[in-house]
Parts: sequence; structure tokens; C-alpha cells
Amino acid sequence: MKAPIWIPLYTIVNKEMIRIFRIWTQTLLPSVITTSLYFLIFGSFVGSQIQDIQGVSYMQFIVPGLVMMAIITNAFMNVVGSFFGAKLSKGIEDTLVSPTPNWVIVWGYVIGGVVRGLVVGVLVLIISLLFTKLTIVNLWAVILFSVLTAVVFSLGGLMNAVFAKKFDHTAIVPTFVLTPLTYLGGVFYSVNALPEFWQNISKFNPILYMVNGFRYGFFGISDVNIGISVTILIMLVLVLSITDLMLLRRGVGLRS
Amino acid sequence: MVDIALDIKGLYKTYSDGKVKALNGVDLTIYKGEIFGLLGPNGAGKSTLINVLTTLANKTSGEIIINGLDFAKFPSEAKTYLGVVPQEFNFHWFEKVEDIVVQQAGYYGMPAGEAKERAEILLKRLGLWDKKDTVSMKLSGGMKRRLMIVRALIHKPEILILDEPSAGVDVDLRREMWEFVRELNQEGVTIILTTHYLEEAENLCDRVGIINKGNILEIGTVKALLSELKKDTLVLDTVGEIKGLPKRYRVIEEGRLETDLLQGEDLYTITNELHSKGLQVTGIRNKTNRLEEVFINKVKD
Ligand SMILES: Nc1ncnc2c1ncn2[C@@H]1O[C@H](COP(=O)(O)OP(=O)(O)OP(=O)(O)O)[C@@H](O)[C@H]1O
Ligand SMILES: [Mg+2]
Repeated sequence: MKAPIWIPLYTIVNKEMIRIFRIWTQTLLPSVITTSLYFLIFGSFVGSQIQDIQGVSYMQFIVPGLVMMAIITNAFMNVVGSFFGAKLSKGIEDTLVSPTPNWVIVWGYVIGGVVRGLVVGVLVLIISLLFTKLTIVNLWAVILFSVLTAVVFSLGGLMNAVFAKKFDHTAIVPTFVLTPLTYLGGVFYSVNALPEFWQNISKFNPILYMVNGFRYGFFGISDVNIGISVTILIMLVLVLSITDLMLLRRGVGLRS
Repeated sequence: MVDIALDIKGLYKTYSDGKVKALNGVDLTIYKGEIFGLLGPNGAGKSTLINVLTTLANKTSGEIIINGLDFAKFPSEAKTYLGVVPQEFNFHWFEKVEDIVVQQAGYYGMPAGEAKERAEILLKRLGLWDKKDTVSMKLSGGMKRRLMIVRALIHKPEILILDEPSAGVDVDLRREMWEFVRELNQEGVTIILTTHYLEEAENLCDRVGIINKGNILEIGTVKALLSELKKDTLVLDTVGEIKGLPKRYRVIEEGRLETDLLQGEDLYTITNELHSKGLQVTGIRNKTNRLEEVFINKVKD
């Protein structure tokens, strides 16, 4: 008799949930605090002196971007931290010796990352309501862009964890790739306001499409085409999930 | 055919980083219901063999058949037959004892209710039930070892593999563990264990295999291996002045000699000879564990 596949999947997801909520001061709290500070400083103090962008106040404009930033960071950090920790403690071996298929391992950890990303995203969104009012023009866009983005960065975190040999290696991508791309991805400004050269450069930044797609869901405004944004996200999900699966299948960084 | 639990044919393993051939053409057959001991010095390739079996290491070449199933073709099914207790602790540091065991059951597709019941039975049986809410990091070495055994058994494997189960375990616990392994074996579980302790192999195993430098040098029952030994080294306590003894006697210290008793030789020839040289023999015993001698001889050449 073949055992139902949802049991191992649920087991990994449940393990991740226990971890996230056990160390919530490390997993949930930091982003909530930093984003609150952003709201306070950029939104309230500085933002009041900045003009409206495409009909929305500066404070409103940055909310979707900052929520997205929290989702990206938390999805990525959750998977890279948890999976690398499992590698370091060798705890991952209990999954590797079991019949749990590789795709279940990938998606178990990815779902963990998505949940943490979205939980923190919702918390940040709730806090933003203390500072400003929000509308939602297209709920589906809000859900689609937040979930797909969380999936992309969870898959990315997994890939980082597979290659990481030391704990330091888990910080390289967040510091040198994620943070710069997020700050330059139109969280704090509309790329339309940039000189043409920088506008063109920005088009190569995938985070621009995520932030704008998400912001479109709230205010119906976007610097980029929404169809292109969705396509890019889906392509990223496909490429990253296939790559992760291949890495696990070959046992890179896991089986000697 | 039906009675073969595990069949390994021409297994080679070279780690990607080095020139060490950790496994150099291993052929090994394990029968259902036996306790098999793999004996070898540090670096012999014991853990490598076990890691290849449990897929923690990728083989370079060779074939592994478990319960008649080709591992390479049916990895998921083959894995369900195996339970493994690795040499090094491998727990998620911050997870609790019971969670670790129940999770493991989940990876094998066992529903949570059943997993909890079984976890309770096994944790109680290995004396860990009162630690069920303790974080794995806070267990003693012996407790961790037992937790690894519970975890390996949770999905009812037909073959239990133990890599150095006695490492870091005190004498009492070791005896209890042997008892437990025997009980499991009687319940029908095939056991494969590696060990440094020849005493363990002698006490527990139906058959042993001696491995060195990635090669299996000898496989046989403990009795057959011992009968290969053509001599026994004896230590003799003597009273009297030691002088003018024949070459076969080696003086260790004042009042203590060593000599080899050949197979079939009468002990009387020795005591008689010493007596004639003015020595009283007040004590006599085996120098070492005899299996150890077979082992050392095999590994030496
Ligand atoms: N991950 C690895 N990468 C490279 N070489 C390895 C690795 N693991 C083991 N080896 C090498 O393979 C050989 C066999 O090691 P193995 O761990 O299988 O020995 P062992 O018989 O289990 O020894 P011990 O009794 O000390 O546990 C050794 O030369 C060892 O250095
Ligand atoms: Mg070993």
C-alpha cells in the first residue's frame, strides 16, 4: 500500500510552522519593527513634504512596496535559515533517508517560507493602517502577486541553503542581492520619475515587477505592464522550482 | 532467494574530493533474521557502506538489492524496509523528543494518531518517555543514541542498521542495548551493526564481516573465524627466578611470562617445562580477546 503523499508534506509544513511560531521574536517581529519605522520616518515625517504620485499620497504609495519588501525578506530568510540549519545539525538526514520525494521536500519548505512571508506581510499591512488609508482595487492581483513573490523567494532561499557551506553564506544573497534590488525596485519611488537610462536599467530588476503588480492591486497604478509582471513571476517560479528539484535529486550539498 | 534481506554486489565509492577509495568492490549478502556485524578499524569504510545503503552518500558503482527490490529502480519502496541509526547524532537541535519521532513517522506516510501511539510505546520501551518534551540538544549522549534507535524503528522497518550503537554508551546501557537488539531480532527484525568492540560482535552477532580499506576481508560465523586461529596466546604468573628458559617464553616482567599454545597442544607441556626450570605456575589466562587476534591478523596483512 502506498502511503498518501500529503502526510510527509504536512509533516514538513507543520515542522516549519512550529519553528516559525516558537522563535517568533526572530521570525515575525524584526520586519514588523523595521517597517513601522519606515512608515513613521518616510511616510509621516518626510512623506508629508513629497508630492502625490499618480494620485496617491506618498505614504500610501510606499505601503505596498514595504509590505512586498517584508514578504521577500521573510520568505527568503525562512527557507535559507531553516534548511541550512537542518543541514548543519544533520537533522535533514531524517528526511533524506525516508521515502519522502524530493518535490515534497522542496514544497514543504517553500510553503513554510510562503506562510512566514504572508503572515509578516499581513502584520505590516495592519500596522500601515495606523498611518494611512488603503483601498483595494483588485484583490486578485494583491493575492496573486504576494503569493507568487513569496514562492519565488522561498525557492531562492532553498537554493541558497543548498549551496551554503557556512552560516555566513546564508547572508550573502540577502545583503548583496536582495536588499539592493528591493531598494532599487520602486519601493520608494516611481521609476517613471527616473532619467531614461536608469528607467531602462530598472527594467531588468524582477522586484520592480513584483512591487508594481502588488501596488496595482491596491491603487490600480503601475509603472509596468501587469501581464508582463505575471509572466515574469510564473517563469521565475518554474525555473527556480525545476533547478531546486534537480539540485536535491543530485544531492548537491546534501549527499556526499 | 526469499531469505535474503540485503544483497550488495560490486559496490564502489570514491568521494568526490579525494583519491580514497572508501569502498573498493564490496560484495555482501545479509540473510533475513540474522544479526550481522561489520568490524573494521577507523576509516575502514563501515560508515560509508551504511551511508551508501541509506542514500546519504551516492555510490560510484555497484548494485544494492533490498528484499528482492533493486534499490536504484525502486528507491522509495526500498527505503521503507530500512531503519537507520547513524554514527553521528543528527537531530534538529531545538526539536523535542516526541516531535522528532512523530515527524519521522510522517516522512514515511504514517498518520499522526498511529505515529503517536507507536512513539509512546517505543519511547517507554527505551526509557525516554519522561523526556518526551525535552529538546534533543539537552539529552545526554546515551539518551540521544536511544532516541535515534526509537526514531529508526518508528516505521516498523524489516532491517535495522546501527552504525556504532555502543559509541559513548556506558557498560550497563550497552548490555541493555544488546538485550534490546536481541529482542528485536527475535521479533523478526534483521540487524546490521558496525562496531569497534569485538566483544559486541562476539556476544551479539550471528555472522561478522571484517572490512579494511574498503574491502571485505573475511565473512563468517564468529565460531568459524575463531577456529581459524591456530594458536592461543597465554599469560602465565610464575613464582621463582626466571632464567635459561627456551625461546617460546617471552618475559614480560618479573613473575610474568607470555607464550603461545598451539592448537592441539597439551597445556601440561608448558607447565611441566616451567616446573623443570624451577618455576611455579600460579596463574594462567588468555592474553586478549581471541576474536581480536583474528581481527588484527586479518587487518595487518
Ligand atoms: N564525506 C567524506 N568526504 C571525503 N572522504 C570521506 C568522507 N567520509 C569518509 N571519507 C573517507 O572515507 C574513508 C572511510 O571512512 P568511513 O567513515 O566510512 O570509515 P569508518 O569505517 O566508518 O570509520 P570509523 O570507525 O572511524 O567510523 C576514510 O578514508 C574517510 O576519510
Ligand atoms: Mg564510521
